[in-house]
Order: sequence, then structure tokens, then C-alpha cells
Amino acid sequence: MPTSLDRIEKEITLRAPKSRVWRALTNAEEFGEWFRVKLEGPFAVGKSVHGRITYPGYEHMTMAISVERVDAEHLFSFRWHPYSIDPKVDYSKEATTLVEFRLKEVSGGTLLTVVESGFEKLPADRRAEAFRMNDSGWQEQIENVRRHVAG
Amino acid sequence: MFDAMSPASRRAVGFREAAPLFAALGDQTRLQLLDRLCHGGPSSTARLRAGLPVSHQAISKHLEVLHAAGLVRSSRRGRERIWDLEPKRLGAAHAYLDRISEQWDDALERLKKFIEH
Repeated sequence: MPTSLDRIEKEITLRAPKSRVWRALTNAEEFGEWFRVKLEGPFAVGKSVHGRITYPGYEHMTMAISVERVDAEHLFSFRWHPYSIDPKVDYSKEATTLVEFRLKEVSGGTLLTVVESGFEKLPADRRAEAFRMNDSGWQEQIENVRRHVAG
Repeated sequence: MFDAMSPASRRAVGFREAAPLFAALGDQTRLQLLDRLCHGGPSSTARLRAGLPVSHQAISKHLEVLHAAGLVRSSRRGRERIWDLEPKRLGAAHAYLDRISEQWDDALERLKKFIEH
């Protein structure tokens, strides 16, 4: 029986000071560079920011991030719609998942924890094709990005 | 248990199907009932309820929610209702979260490269 079916938790230790990691998360331009989205404006509590995905092959995808908390330099959280890729659908009325980034100084750098929760509130009428991503195609794009960033 | 399932039964679920599935799973008692069915096999309502601080009515309601979400199936044995897991649906919920989980793994790797280059 799986331990958790209503949230995703990730942990990564980054070899950098907390303030460096904080900036990479909360500065919209920097966030966009590694997340691969071109955001239209800065992150601000209570405000929504729209952006266009910049993955090769996925440029038709847009996303909207609604910032919840910016508690320097320890918690950054926002709401969004996972996989909102259908240009004909108005996702703004649908329930969102919550993404929380927490930072903690550890020996060797910064421990970053990411939790995404709220999957049980996804609407029942979301079209299935929004999720019909070809597995191998997506993996290939990830590889492209990896090469690009490393190069 | 999940390793034994076929790829077809583990295919990622679309959003349309995902919501009631996760709504059904978003309850501690219901997760507990699924866990009991997972480890104990087909069980009657009474057996599933044993030792839980929940009324028979509440347990029945929970089982109906799980049933409506396609996570469990039931059959009659005399006057008793016997419940059993529907493993495909749980596999689908898994696959859905696995996919999002992979996305996060990749995003965090990009973050790591971005920061540590």
C-alpha cells in the first residue's frame, strides 16, 4: 500500500547558500530559466503571473502561478493548475494544487523540500486529452533541456 | 502488489477520471480500509470495521465512496457484503502521481544544474 496518494514530496540538497537558492526560486526570471517558462512579471504575494513554457516542442503551453506565501528565505508557495495545456479551456475557474518550497540551511548547502498537494480537488470535467502526453516524447524533451543546461 | 500489475492497468489516468479517484483517497479512514483490503484480502464490512473508532454507518458510507470511485468491488455472501480491492484504479492513481513526481524530479535536477554550474 503506497504511503501517500494525495501529495508529492521531494527533497534535494543544493550546494549553495540559502540566499542563492531563495533567489533562484522567488526571482521570476531565474525561476523561469531553470523551470523553463517565460513569466510575464515578478512574483508577488496574492498576485497571479502568467507564462509561456519554453521547452522545445511545448511552446504552446502556458501556465499561471498564483503566489501564496513569500516568507524570506524559508517558504515560497504558490497555486497552479497542473498540466494546463489546452488553449481552449479556461482553467482559471478550476481548483488548483498547492506547491510549497521550504528551505533549510544544512552542512554543505541548502536543503530544499517541495510538496505539491491538493490533487483530490481536481475537477471531474477536465478533459482527458490534456493529460495525454506521450511518455517517450516528454522524456526526450527533458533530455534536450538537460543537454542545453549542461552545455 | 503493484509490481505484479500489467502496464495496461497502470496506465496514467486522465484528469476526468483523476478527481473522484483522489477525492476518494483523500480520507484517512478510507486509506486505512484500502490498506486492510490490501493486506487482508476480501473482507466483510464487519471485519473491515473491527477495531476502528468509526460507526458501521460511517464505514458503509466510506466503502460506498470507494466503490463509486472504482477502487473496490463487492459481492454478496449470504447476508454479508464482501469487499475486495480493484487494483487497476489504485494503479491508475499511482501512475498519475508518478508522472507528476517525475516532472518534479526533472525540474529539481534543472534547478540543481542552474545553481551549481
